[in-house]
Amino acid sequence: MRRKKDQRRELAKEGLSRRAFLQGAGAAVSGGLLTAEMAQGAPKAESGKVVGPGTTPITLKINGKIHKLNLEPRVTLLDALRDRLDLTGAKKVCDRGVCGSCTVIMDGKPVYACNVLAIEAQGHDLTTIEGLRKGGELHPMMAAFVNHDAQQCGFCTPGFVVACTAFVNKHPDPTLEDVEKGLGGNLCRCGTYAGVRQAVLEAAKTMKGGSPNA
Amino acid sequence: MQTFEYASPTSVKEAVQLLASTSGGAEPFAGGTDLISAMKDGIVTPARLVSLQHVKELRGIKFSSDSGLSLGAMVTFEELLDNADVKQNYPALVQAADGVSSPQIRSLGTVAGDLCQRPRCWYYRAGFGLLATYNGKSLVPDGDNRYHAILGNSGPAYFVNPSSLAPILIALGATVRVEGEGQREVKLEQFFVTPTNDNQNLFALKPHEVVTEIQVPPPNDAKMAVYEVRQKTALDWPLAAAAVVLKMDGDTVKSARVVLGHVAPVPWPAPEAEQALAGKTFSEDVADEAGKAAVAKATPLSKNGYKVQLTRVAVKRALLRAVKGEA
Repeated sequence: MRRKKDQRRELAKEGLSRRAFLQGAGAAVSGGLLTAEMAQGAPKAESGKVVGPGTTPITLKINGKIHKLNLEPRVTLLDALRDRLDLTGAKKVCDRGVCGSCTVIMDGKPVYACNVLAIEAQGHDLTTIEGLRKGGELHPMMAAFVNHDAQQCGFCTPGFVVACTAFVNKHPDPTLEDVEKGLGGNLCRCGTYAGVRQAVLEAAKTMKGGSPNA
Repeated sequence: MQTFEYASPTSVKEAVQLLASTSGGAEPFAGGTDLISAMKDGIVTPARLVSLQHVKELRGIKFSSDSGLSLGAMVTFEELLDNADVKQNYPALVQAADGVSSPQIRSLGTVAGDLCQRPRCWYYRAGFGLLATYNGKSLVPDGDNRYHAILGNSGPAYFVNPSSLAPILIALGATVRVEGEGQREVKLEQFFVTPTNDNQNLFALKPHEVVTEIQVPPPNDAKMAVYEVRQKTALDWPLAAAAVVLKMDGDTVKSARVVLGHVAPVPWPAPEAEQALAGKTFSEDVADEAGKAAVAKATPLSKNGYKVQLTRVAVKRALLRAVKGEA
């Protein structure tokens, strides 16, 4: 901490703004990780400024960590997660915003990561399946999926767990009917829906008082 | 997906300038729930995307019993569904929005995006253009047209308008505010265009115009409902839908608006059904007659005759839901 403060003081002395320093740092550590504190001053896309079609600096806040990337505007959040950041929990299945296997949470709401451009996800809080599990503990929704055998081949499972977590955060006390209606955004070709519904009902009880992480 | 430029303005004015200042074709970008997929499929290939995400003036829901409802173009389905004023005063709007059953779509999908949605026609989505032509001939009449139009389908367009909200908003008398070089208002009923060529705009928007707001008159105690006939409850577009708004005097229908969805290239007002209702004492038989009248002029294609019956029933059930609260 002291070293960072000293570093900032030095930069200030040299007449370099924190922002200019970060812009430089972003280019230097593309694909790397900065601390949240350092990136708070990261520039958002400038209003009215046209970027692309080539790569442009993009800052994403995922699971509480700031990631700086250089991406073309056409890169989806899902491709950025999977191909650039090695966060492969969100699965690429339909890639057309139908199946739900790429579901992530953006500012508390479930979204299809394949339907969001990475450049549009800047300035939002993103949580992926990797961010639900903290330390060695399973997230209550994950534990409930295990208890109720709510997966078969497992390919839709991360998307379901994330979508179900967002659902319970919004509907802390759901009925079975609420669950059936509320999970209309995810598909399971193995047909594990019955297990998923029971898992959601159980997790809703254990998550009372809010999900620990999302 | 082809490459494109991207800009994220903070005002409508700036957005319009950014849409106008490129020669390669620009698209306004709202929730992106359909546009991104259409771009991946190569059926929309803009040189520039102008994101409306940070345009604050396009957000927000306002209601007063005098002036009615104002929906910012970028209001999401979730915001619409969670809004207490909408729930209390426009239950049919909630029924329509509720049909979009994916929470992930509701998080991002916007009301203006729903109105400006591109058709789901599988020939269009497979790259055969709005008119689904191959070797100068439409693929629809002799092809798999089970989900295509049963009204307004004399050609060359056979797709159905996919909007969930348009039928009820038209029935409520909504107006769309658009902004380009200037600002103007368009009655929503006149907003949709049946194209006669592949490059025609599907909406009454001039180049570089964007939808900024949807204005809905006050409900004034009208009875209203939407009924969608669906193949499944999970995310999908309805096979047929009906939106009804009735002014009642006791059991007597003073006047009615009936608008059909997913049956024609544009949301389809059914004046025949409205006439069948006006002045009548409401009953199940009257509702059934109105349904019959709504599809009297239907001209189904080779594989979608079933939609005539579905539409007839959708009208009847929407009426029963509006007047008697039947599910």
